[in-house]
Amino acid sequence: MNPQLTEDGKLHHLLTLDGLPRAILTQILDTAESFMDVGEREVKKVPLLRGKSIFNLFFEPSTRTRTTFEIAAKRLSADVVNLNISTSSQSKGEAILDTVDNLSAMHADMFIVRHSQSGAAHFIARHVAPHISVVNAGDGRHAHPTQGLLDMFTIRRYKGAFHNLRVAIVGDVLHSRVARSQIHALTTLGVPEVRVIGPKTLLPVGIEQMGVKVFHTMEAGLKGCDVVIMLRLQNERMKSARLPSAQEYFKFFGLTSEKLALAKPDAIVMHPGPMNRGVEIDSAVADGPQSVILPQVTYGIAVRMAVMALLAGN
Amino acid sequence: MPDSLPDAHTLITQLADAIAPTLTPETYIVGIHTGGVWVAECLHALLKSAQPLGTLDISFYRDDFSRIGLHPQVKPSNLPFDLEGRDILLVDDVLHSGRTVRAAMNELFDYGRPATIRLAVLIDRGDHELPIRPDFVGLTLNVPKHQNINLSRLDDGHLTLSLA
Repeated sequence: MNPQLTEDGKLHHLLTLDGLPRAILTQILDTAESFMDVGEREVKKVPLLRGKSIFNLFFEPSTRTRTTFEIAAKRLSADVVNLNISTSSQSKGEAILDTVDNLSAMHADMFIVRHSQSGAAHFIARHVAPHISVVNAGDGRHAHPTQGLLDMFTIRRYKGAFHNLRVAIVGDVLHSRVARSQIHALTTLGVPEVRVIGPKTLLPVGIEQMGVKVFHTMEAGLKGCDVVIMLRLQNERMKSARLPSAQEYFKFFGLTSEKLALAKPDAIVMHPGPMNRGVEIDSAVADGPQSVILPQVTYGIAVRMAVMALLAGN
Repeated sequence: MPDSLPDAHTLITQLADAIAPTLTPETYIVGIHTGGVWVAECLHALLKSAQPLGTLDISFYRDDFSRIGLHPQVKPSNLPFDLEGRDILLVDDVLHSGRTVRAAMNELFDYGRPATIRLAVLIDRGDHELPIRPDFVGLTLNVPKHQNINLSRLDDGHLTLSLA
């Protein structure tokens, strides 16, 4: 049984997009569409989660994700408490559950969890009382489901549908929880062709089994794509000798206007942020007319509102 | 209880006749999803309103969210005008407890501060739970608690009332 769902098949935790039925993904996207309008109004709040307490538990630093979760919770009228807990001060496992128990004793209704270890949000979800929901805000290399959902929301807004798209995910798929969540969502929503493009050292062995086509050059991979998703190249990958240098990476896999011209003329460019300009993406593209990187951030608020509202109501 | 319910469009025409003398150029019609929007569309046409029609989905303002959760099909609210200082004619199909109207008024105020809000309903079935009364009503009907009165729309746009 999927640990995210209630006995009658409703979403209770959001831990991964892997195994979630299309109907639930679509329900989240549709609900987010209704929340879009709240951000445009005089009073940017609805009273849905009045009296609920939401704790942002960030064991790994984050600015954008934590901020958009906080804004989303506040627009739902919840009380939000932000805790930035450095992993170094934690002796892992037991200490995390102690933290969770203490916050539960303060009548928490929902935990938003980011952790550098894969499985951390699952671990907390298994532990909490039944009335508490857990949202995974990124765990290790495993999953980042709300990012995956906001990317789907962005694609649907610009492209209208999923059934006729060719989507390329470019870069460090190996270390990317974002890429995994995107691939699960894209295939569940019926995108016929999902491509991953990157050097062999940054693509996981056997990724074809997730239903994607593998390319090792931008020239071949970008041809005819409707959506180009760039992934952040983390600096530590350079040190680990998986790549020769940032300059060389940019030469082969950095998205420039010339390379983007290989995709369809109306292709959109996405990036989960934060961007390394001049490494995985050229500024001319990041700030160019095909970039939807900033709308992604705005949509992230509506999508996170939808997730929290659905979880709190189920 | 009458055996057959009156024709919905006849009631809407009567409703429009009652509203017409009170209509100002600053009156904006707002329907509540889903049945209220259908009635509001008819009124908007019959009253030849020059102002855009507004629609509200009050799912985010319901007072029973913590018991029953989010409505599975929330539609976006759409108020394509500034509410500030305007006269709002709020339209719903059936007035029962009054909780939907309360939620709708709460939502309206998050868009701005209207000068007035008046309420028009096709059917007032009684059993109010809040001090909310319609300003315009198509038909007052005592419906037993265990029964529901529903407005539905056929593919050709025709509206019909039914008891279930």
